[in-house]
Amino acid sequence: MSAIRVKRRPRSSSAPGIGFYISATVLVLLSIAPILWVLKMSLIPRAELFASPPTFLPQDFTLSSYSTVFSDPTFIRGLFNSALIAGVSTLACLLLGAPAAYAFARLRFRFRTFLMTGILALAFFPAVAVIAPLFLEFKALDLLNTYWAVIITDTVFVLPLTVWILTAFFRQLPRDLEDAAKVDGATTLQAFRHVILPLAAPGVATAAIIAFIVTWNEFLFANTFLFDSDHWPATVVIPNFATTHTVEYGAQAAAALVITVPIALVVLAFQRRIVQGLTAGALKG
Amino acid sequence: MNGGTGTADNRRGAGAAERRTARWMVSPAILLIVAVAFFPVAYSVYLSLHDASITSVGGWVGFDNYAQLFRDSKFTGALLNTAVFTAVSVTIELVLGLTIALGLNQAFRGRGAVRTAVLLPWAFPVVVSALMWRLMLQDQVGIVSYLVQSLGLADSPILSDRTSLLIAAILVDVWKTTPFMALLLLAGLQTVPKDVIEAAKVDGAGALRRLFSITLPLLKPTILVALLFRTLEAWGVYDLFWVMADRQLDSLSTYTFEGVRVSQLNFAPGTAAAVFTFFAALAIALVFIKLLGARTAEER
Repeated sequence: MSAIRVKRRPRSSSAPGIGFYISATVLVLLSIAPILWVLKMSLIPRAELFASPPTFLPQDFTLSSYSTVFSDPTFIRGLFNSALIAGVSTLACLLLGAPAAYAFARLRFRFRTFLMTGILALAFFPAVAVIAPLFLEFKALDLLNTYWAVIITDTVFVLPLTVWILTAFFRQLPRDLEDAAKVDGATTLQAFRHVILPLAAPGVATAAIIAFIVTWNEFLFANTFLFDSDHWPATVVIPNFATTHTVEYGAQAAAALVITVPIALVVLAFQRRIVQGLTAGALKG
Repeated sequence: MNGGTGTADNRRGAGAAERRTARWMVSPAILLIVAVAFFPVAYSVYLSLHDASITSVGGWVGFDNYAQLFRDSKFTGALLNTAVFTAVSVTIELVLGLTIALGLNQAFRGRGAVRTAVLLPWAFPVVVSALMWRLMLQDQVGIVSYLVQSLGLADSPILSDRTSLLIAAILVDVWKTTPFMALLLLAGLQTVPKDVIEAAKVDGAGALRRLFSITLPLLKPTILVALLFRTLEAWGVYDLFWVMADRQLDSLSTYTFEGVRVSQLNFAPGTAAAVFTFFAALAIALVFIKLLGARTAEER
């Protein structure tokens, strides 16, 4: 990790000009303008929402859209389900992914490249290719319409990304430390648990953050395997909310923003780490 | 690349134990992936060759399901939509992303703020961006509809016309993923050695010459990896079409979903569509990996 940070320092000697700052500002505005506009839609009263021509700055404020959202029990339940599904999947991903990533990064065993390629290939699977057979399998196992169906599929489909990120992080750690631990009589597993994992904590945190974002946003599996609003995560509740509140555009806008708040906070807090995690793997080619 | 050959003796002694530990560390992940991803794909292929339904596998029908698929104009439409969506959105994202990355490849104040701002659209659930843009494209209250109509670009409601829906879907995808592309490419740019570029400058190479003769060739592996990721992600597009177009616009994935999950009478053709989507994705991936392999071999 520190290696990346050091690399970033020495850059172009000349300070960026005014044209540069203008284009950076345009870029930022293009990214967040739609978000701000929807925020505005969620805060203005109905009459202003339907005004033509539209008002560019809000003239009037109301929180009624938000009270519509929060008085809908399905919606609260959806947020809870999302947190549960994303939380458990993230944890499972780390428990399965960290040991595998360590083995790929450090140990020698037969079929290593083959297995690693197999896991990474999964990142390119169109998820839709597995829904029909999994529907039948989950039906046979009585797992349809349970959290497990979605937790299992989410975990498996986020694993490649987790393994990729963690392998990249483990490879950056100095090898001498484990070797020293092994000379002192530690087994490979002990060296992994007591030496490598604590050192790789930032990398593990990065993988966890990215896995959480991806599973929080998952829609296809949840929409396929869960049939009732008791189990739906927020991503499935949202389109259904929009269908039942067809013309309440303000409430739809509020709903869209509310489910994104947790993710937005994570991004704000960890932007540097997220970028490092996402690019660490990609640069290995 | 891991260096450290000094401990080779040590390692050879512990070789068998190490292999055993490695097996234990890798197998849970591998077994789960095989059970939940690789086996189901194989099972999909099997189902697609049968007269399958949600309750039974049915009799062997060979390639009938595939033949039926290509006679279905809904499927060929979905295929065309997906191909156009993938090709156009990924091309725009690459060009824009590269431009942004080249522009941002310098130290400047407010770097963190820019990074956060461009990460936000990426981190938003697709479902949410789809809904947000549907609101903005909406005929009665949508700001985009209002602007488009007052500029005289279109007179019919955007959300009721398939072509404009597809254009809108491409634009939403560009909004959502260009920043991500730019960040990946920016990280690649930062590994391009500065002294090579300085040397070229001293030798009198112009900015464009430096870009096309040094920066882009060195960046090619990163570009290919980013393209591979984005192309396959776009190929599987589902959430965006399903929510933004309110089921009026088909992609390969929404077509499969409808067959398999919604109107279960179409279960068998649905599995055929899933298998087709899968093998097409595999073919795309192989082309990129071939390009990537050729590239790296050339460099070494």
